[in-house]
Amino acid sequence: MTYLAKPKLLSADAPKNALGYTRRDYEGAISTLCAGCGHDSISASIVQACFDLDIEPHKVAKLSGIGCSSKTPDYFLGNSHGFNSVHGRMPSVLTGAALANRNLLYLGVSGDGDSASIGIGQFAHAMRRGVNMTYIVENNGVYGLTKGQFSATADKGSKSKKGVLNSDSPIDLAALALQLGATYVARSFSGDKEQLVPLIKGALRHNGPALIDVLSPCVTFNNHSGSTRSYDYVRQHNEAVNRVEVILPRDPIETSYPPGSLRRIVQHDGSILHLRKLDVDYDPSDRIGAINHLQERHALGEIVTGLLYVDSSAQDMHSHLNTVEKPLNQLGDAYLCPGSKALEALNALLR
Amino acid sequence: MKPTDISAPDYLHKVVDCQWACPAHTPVPEYIRQIAAGDFAAAYMLNWRSNVFPGILGRVCDRPCEPACRRGRVDKEPVAICRLKRVAADFKEDIHELLPKAPTVKNGKRIACVGAGPASLTVARDLAVQGYSVTVFDSGQSAGGMMRSQIPKFRLPDSVIDEECGYVAGLDVELRQNEWIGSLRELLAGSWDAVFVGTGAPRGRDADLPGRKEAAANIHVGIDWLANVAFGHVTKIARRVIVLGGGNTAMDCCRSARRLGGEEVHVVVRSGFDEMKASPWEKEDALHEGIPIHNYLVQKEFTHDNGRLTGVLFEKVQAEYDADGRRSLVPTGEPDVHMECDEVLLAIGQENAFTWIERDIGVEFDRWGMPVLDRTTLQSTLPRVFFGGDAALGPKNIITAVAQGHEAAISIDLFCRNEPLTKRPGPLVNLVSQKMGIHEWSYDNHVSEEARRKVPVKTLEEALKDIKLEFELGYDLKLACGETERCLNCDVATVFTPKLCIECDACVDICPTECITFTTDGEEDELRARLKVPAKNLEQSLYLAEGLKTGRVMVKDENVCLHCGMCAERCPTGAWDMQKFTIDVAQAGAEAPRS
Repeated sequence: MTYLAKPKLLSADAPKNALGYTRRDYEGAISTLCAGCGHDSISASIVQACFDLDIEPHKVAKLSGIGCSSKTPDYFLGNSHGFNSVHGRMPSVLTGAALANRNLLYLGVSGDGDSASIGIGQFAHAMRRGVNMTYIVENNGVYGLTKGQFSATADKGSKSKKGVLNSDSPIDLAALALQLGATYVARSFSGDKEQLVPLIKGALRHNGPALIDVLSPCVTFNNHSGSTRSYDYVRQHNEAVNRVEVILPRDPIETSYPPGSLRRIVQHDGSILHLRKLDVDYDPSDRIGAINHLQERHALGEIVTGLLYVDSSAQDMHSHLNTVEKPLNQLGDAYLCPGSKALEALNALLR
Repeated sequence: MKPTDISAPDYLHKVVDCQWACPAHTPVPEYIRQIAAGDFAAAYMLNWRSNVFPGILGRVCDRPCEPACRRGRVDKEPVAICRLKRVAADFKEDIHELLPKAPTVKNGKRIACVGAGPASLTVARDLAVQGYSVTVFDSGQSAGGMMRSQIPKFRLPDSVIDEECGYVAGLDVELRQNEWIGSLRELLAGSWDAVFVGTGAPRGRDADLPGRKEAAANIHVGIDWLANVAFGHVTKIARRVIVLGGGNTAMDCCRSARRLGGEEVHVVVRSGFDEMKASPWEKEDALHEGIPIHNYLVQKEFTHDNGRLTGVLFEKVQAEYDADGRRSLVPTGEPDVHMECDEVLLAIGQENAFTWIERDIGVEFDRWGMPVLDRTTLQSTLPRVFFGGDAALGPKNIITAVAQGHEAAISIDLFCRNEPLTKRPGPLVNLVSQKMGIHEWSYDNHVSEEARRKVPVKTLEEALKDIKLEFELGYDLKLACGETERCLNCDVATVFTPKLCIECDACVDICPTECITFTTDGEEDELRARLKVPAKNLEQSLYLAEGLKTGRVMVKDENVCLHCGMCAERCPTGAWDMQKFTIDVAQAGAEAPRS
């Protein structure tokens, strides 16, 4: 952390995207998290992804709950809409916002405490309802704000900074999301932006609930030996199933991988996901296979990362509920409140 | 790419762009911090050690530091380094106590310096404090050389020259004014252990064109005319004046003419405006004083009416570039231009004149009439004769003359001690952490985003009335302090210790100019292209460190680093640290490397 605001001085060479923005234009306030926090790298990855996708900041709504992770939306996309909700209640607030206005891009940011403990019910229902959102869990396995107690995602047998062994079973949010019907499920590591940035880009362009479980070491309370969320441990046990490259419809396709090693997935909006296979037998369109793979590898002590599952023809909550396309704030008063006659007619139908 | 060895003195020195660009390697950021702290005497002395004439240079230096200044690459304008130097000189109190004293017991070696300009006085100062007996011979009434004779008083008052030449004289240096050396042979006959020639480039180039002889009464060689103005022999000029030439001398000529009665003063230059040799700020000052600058005109003839100058005839040219980018000026074919005037000042170049050096005493000259020298030691082909300043390698500027004076003094010292001249002392370097706490550094790491302060000047009306009235007022304290804040402290280096790094990317994410990248190693060219922001400025180094756990390398592009220390503040393990780099460039008497 630092007390200084980032100076605005920038080299004339700084890259600009199609909108003429630099990466700096996608940043927010200066982070107040601990120096070296993985969450700051996730914020930087979100900045990079939005910069790469030429996203207009005012078309994004970023919502969060409570916790270190939920503070981070202040540190990126300073020109976007934001809502810092009650602890664990981000998914329902986001669902409401998405129902009212489907024209915004919804980014939910949460942590392992916010999503796997107090908000696990909210998390489950947002996934199963098919809310069109990118749900990023900044998962460090501890309650950092309250000095490092184990969270619900901490591995059984891992050791706290004080030397206490965790005796509870962990919740695997990616496996849970798979089971609950999420249509884009990935896991990544804050220390590997090359993997994380494309996964965020793919999620932002996905039509349906996209969950990314990002392992994000807590440098202050969970970066010691015996921890299974430290930079060193995650690097040593990381087993990526694939590498993703997001190709926008405007981009020329230049890939030259040996046949069979590449899988091409066209998403709903025309963007293409190129999956370079690292595990030849892994099939990211097989939901059950994905759940099994996660369980098997977890038992071996491995951390499976990459794009675990994607349903390219996914539909979202709006199509399930057959809602009106126009955002509510653009519908006129007469349309939103059709008057007592219409109410009487409706009541008559129900009698 | 090879990992960077930051212990090699040049590496971090080059990062301090201003200090690297300064021929005398003045520690700019350090003296700017001292000004900010209100310690003007210390700032002055730091300058004095490096460049001998802080008050003079703070007014008239060619400022190679400013185009080099890092802020110029991230902001509109560089730090006003030169004018801050003047602040140190203006606001200091009596510094006599801080000056070194010449040893009372001399070392028995006698050195003669010819000319009392910046090069000779630097040699005199450096050697006098080492116990040499130095005598300076000069034809002028007072010391200073071209600084006194060629630079107009409205830019550089005599009082400043008197003060700073006085500090050198105060070191038991014998200044023998009004003494013209007419023969080097005779001088060498005296028992001097070494002779230093710092006689400058005293001859202005003439224009041998039709009408030159006939209208001679109204055509003057610029530097001679400036000297006559400086010493009060010339006090007025005709109403309409043309100055030929586009260098700083031309700017001094036209601005002086404007103050001596020239109402319509025009500068005419062969080249385009941007290619003119004059410093941009000097051109600006001339334009500010209502002096038009005409470009792409080559003088052909001086027109006259029975010996009374009526004007100058010019041929119109344009710049053409060949495949190698070399420029040539070719006639456009348009009709010649005649400009009317009453007097002409020629400022089209300066030449050396060594008529007083006999050609048979062992000092060899090349075919351009310049002495044959070793470019490092500045020793001539006659071992005990050394050259420096404009007399050595051709006309340049004051700060270069000072730098050559330092080198010549080292050579003379080694020569007198019978040491090989190649065994030159190296610089003393030091690197000290500036960390005081998590957010506390012993330098102010806040980066100012304010614009460069303009130096207050006299009104044009006042300024044009009196040629001796100093035009610039210099910064007041408030402006000076604001300007000091703009310095980026490039001497506070980012030092990386790979074995402490946990590769959390915190530094990459926080760096405001995105100059840090962790990636796989590669050849430099290829590596430059795939950094977070491609490193296109090839003059700026890449700082590469290996030894990370993942086998990747840390690459930092030095080009636009703001030295804000945010990487070090964000680093959870102290792998990044901000360390102040000091480099003390050797002067005469320094210990040579032992190895």
